[in-house]
Amino acid sequence: MRNPDGQLVDRLRVGDEQAFAELVDRYSPSMLAVARTHVASREVAEDVVQDTWLALLKGIDGFEGRSSLRTWLFRVLVNIAKTRGVREKRCTTVDMSDAPTHPTVSPDRFESGDSQWPGHWVRFPVPWRESPEHSLLAGEALDLVRHELAQLPQQQRIVVSLRDVDGYDSDEVCALLDLTAANQRVLLHRGRARIRQALAGYFAGVP
Amino acid sequence: MTGGDDADFDGLTCREFVELVTQYLEDRLDAESRVRFEQHVALCPGCARYLDQIREATRVLGRTTLDTISPQARGQLLDAFRSWRSGRPDASG
Repeated sequence: MRNPDGQLVDRLRVGDEQAFAELVDRYSPSMLAVARTHVASREVAEDVVQDTWLALLKGIDGFEGRSSLRTWLFRVLVNIAKTRGVREKRCTTVDMSDAPTHPTVSPDRFESGDSQWPGHWVRFPVPWRESPEHSLLAGEALDLVRHELAQLPQQQRIVVSLRDVDGYDSDEVCALLDLTAANQRVLLHRGRARIRQALAGYFAGVP
Repeated sequence: MTGGDDADFDGLTCREFVELVTQYLEDRLDAESRVRFEQHVALCPGCARYLDQIREATRVLGRTTLDTISPQARGQLLDAFRSWRSGRPDASG
């Protein structure tokens, strides 16, 4: 089975700079995001990304395409990042301890247990004045979402970034970040809920 | 509130519903829970709107881009590529 970057890798082997630039532009954003979860600063994360690309050049003749380039890149990236991260004594474990009990929508949005309809909306979520996707405010919606994404707790941010911004599937994200499927889903769930809430605050005027 | 006989929509409250949306969208609900979820959303405009807004949020996310490495770092990589290429015997250069 031929992997999707096969042609670019072949061009890279014969010294095609354009192919290298394309790969760097395609994968550096998600590589940087993953590196950020292992090291303390953006600067170091950027070094890790650069070192990974240099490792690819050094190892290109040994790269046989048995795994996809993407898989190879991330495996090397995580190894380099972990080495740097350990040196910086960073703790990168995910704290999932509050996962089952932590609601993503404030409990006061719902009727309490002694009301007529316990657990139902006190008031429905307010409709958005216009679609954030298609409105004239689409540019502002993008800025808002980028800003809110940057504010998310790190593990939520990386999962939402890879899944929803970059379009990786859940299996890949679990493998990349060494997460269980359930943990990955909880992080995605919370992250998306926060992004929705930020858009609601903007497009409906109330949460 | 909608009221009537469907007050608890087959045992799934709105508060519970909002915590299931990702499992639903990821197709991780078992058949029975999926049916209950879909029955609830058909009857409850508030939850239908919530689900739509989550979908819309993911679509907006899909149109954003992630931060990438600095132009300087990219430039250094392309420089490194050229020196790497010039050191390769079989590269046309």
